[in-house]
Amino acid sequence: MLAPEPVIVRRRDTRAVLLVTGLLLLAAGSALAVWASGTTVLVTLVRMLVLVAGILAAIAGLGRLARAARGKPVDVVFWLAMAWLVLILGAAALAPWLPLGNHDDSVAGLTAPIFAPPGGLGADHPLGTNNYGLDVLARAVFGARTSILVALLAVLIGTVVGGLVGMVSGFVRGTTDRVVGVLSNALLAVPPLILLIALGTVLDPSIRSIAFALSLLTIPSMVRLARANTITVAQREYVLAARALGANRMRLLLREVLPNVVLPVLSLAVVMISVLVVAEASLSFLGIGIEQPTPTWGNMIAEGQGGVMEENPFIVVVPGICLFLTVFSFNLLGERAQKRWDPRSAKL
Amino acid sequence: MSTPLLEVVDLRTVFHTTRGDVRAVDGVSFSLMAGETLGLVGESGSGKSVLGRSVMGLITNGATTTVSGQVLLEGTDVHALKPSARRKLWGPAVAMVFQDPMTSLNPVKRVGTHLTETLRRHLRCSRSEATERAVDLLRQVGIPEPARRLAQYPHELSGGMRQRVVIATALACDPRLLIADEPTTALDVTVQKQILDLLGSLVAERNMAMLLVSHDLGAVAGRTDRVQVMYAGRTVESGETRPVFAAPEHPYTEALLASIPQLSHPPHTVLRAIEGNPPDMARPPAGCRFAPRCGRVGEDCTDVLPMLSVVLGPSQREGRREVACHHPVLTDPVLTEELGHGR
Repeated sequence: MLAPEPVIVRRRDTRAVLLVTGLLLLAAGSALAVWASGTTVLVTLVRMLVLVAGILAAIAGLGRLARAARGKPVDVVFWLAMAWLVLILGAAALAPWLPLGNHDDSVAGLTAPIFAPPGGLGADHPLGTNNYGLDVLARAVFGARTSILVALLAVLIGTVVGGLVGMVSGFVRGTTDRVVGVLSNALLAVPPLILLIALGTVLDPSIRSIAFALSLLTIPSMVRLARANTITVAQREYVLAARALGANRMRLLLREVLPNVVLPVLSLAVVMISVLVVAEASLSFLGIGIEQPTPTWGNMIAEGQGGVMEENPFIVVVPGICLFLTVFSFNLLGERAQKRWDPRSAKL
Repeated sequence: MSTPLLEVVDLRTVFHTTRGDVRAVDGVSFSLMAGETLGLVGESGSGKSVLGRSVMGLITNGATTTVSGQVLLEGTDVHALKPSARRKLWGPAVAMVFQDPMTSLNPVKRVGTHLTETLRRHLRCSRSEATERAVDLLRQVGIPEPARRLAQYPHELSGGMRQRVVIATALACDPRLLIADEPTTALDVTVQKQILDLLGSLVAERNMAMLLVSHDLGAVAGRTDRVQVMYAGRTVESGETRPVFAAPEHPYTEALLASIPQLSHPPHTVLRAIEGNPPDMARPPAGCRFAPRCGRVGEDCTDVLPMLSVVLGPSQREGRREVACHHPVLTDPVLTEELGHGR
């Protein structure tokens, strides 16, 4: 006879306890974070640690509140990340219609104060101004517009081109496959930053050409992923069965293979977005990406060079945080998608 | 006699591999009339499935494969056609039911899509007509609530139901010839019977010809008109099903039949398995392919490859019987007696 399985007894927090502790943690955490960000009592390093601790406590508090509301554990970090993505994508999409300050007209900026400190909500410049008197909040939002547009465009090109080339080469095999393999390996062998700098010297620094240059980074890995998935799918019996019913190669590829390959490719694409947001920022930081006065997070961070950051940290902190949160959120989303759609774990 | 629907003449399929040429099918001939069912039996690796696929033209001449001989489907040589013309045959003229219903349906496509896509491509009918026909097909293969099933995905159905869907897709364009490649191997025993009964009744209703490829002698015995026993890519015996199974001429057929456990056997009877394995088809033995495993092997067996020839003997009375053996079981009484004494 089988022994009864040991039941793990876990103290179940009641809803009321969760609610109270959650609220307390949230309040204490946010208070700590706000205090740490404004105080001048502590050394910068300690201030930062206290700030992070406060934020973590607030997130833990939110988690408890969410658990109290839903009755089961909730991945708060993931949902906060998604909220950020919705916020930043929405703001970027609607930027021209939002009541924002001056983001790129340096002539108009002559009349505005330069390096105005962040004034908070309701002030003329909620996140301050830069050395041309341009509004940092407006620049961060319009920067999101360029950064995300470039990354999305590049991923779109990379996914469509790389995915199709990979699928065809994995399906046709033979010489085509070998040629594609050599080309994609050659692209992978060139260090990405060097490739980008080389391209940056040749191409004019417009959104379109930066997107094209960045898409070259995604194509080889997309080709590999699509090709590998196509090879496994093409060996499945249902492809043979469809062939035995008279389907031609085009139809086999589009109707049998493509629907099975599209999910893993898309989940890699989401991860790629965050990689490319960083890549675009690096290029613009180095001055070979989008040029001033058009804002991107990369060239905004670059404005902090030459002692500016020591005097006015918000110049760097605002785009830095935007960059960090966006990349972090896209990564979480991508990981989720890959976990869900990875062909290795899918039971087909 | 009318012309046969399918005539296979000296079909050979050779795969060129790094180990050398593998002769998966090595000179097989048969013919099949409309409404007739032929069983292809043999153990794993005897070339049955490759034969089925070569007959259909799914395996054809290519960089790594050579197919020679003729496959005449309604008078046209399948292997001489251009690929696009051959594809036109697949569906309306010949269709295939595959072994494993778990893998022969695309997991991301609905049941209905599998059916309507084929229908619309071959019959060029509208979406609503195709749906109507799909419902009708699912009803014909005995699927309850056919209209609801169309919207379901393959994983929502049981193995038997999925195999019925596979059969329905194969039948979508009313093929004259159905090749069933181990259609019941992946199924439960009770479901096996249902599927075989279904195939039998569909063949009778539609006056189709069916090639039933199976290693399951029981599946073949009850539902085929004629049977062809394969060993190592060659036909070793062929004839009408009942007499072949009642009184096998080839030692391999006899051994296969003897290896089936019987209900009448007392418990703990040792199963009479056939010793050894089928030969390596890249290096087949000289002489009879079955000689190394045969209980009736003579001196000539290891030197001379026996040809398939009509048997003149006791089994001749019940239809035409062909066997490829130097010492057939029934018609070589001398050796039979010698062996009998030896036992």
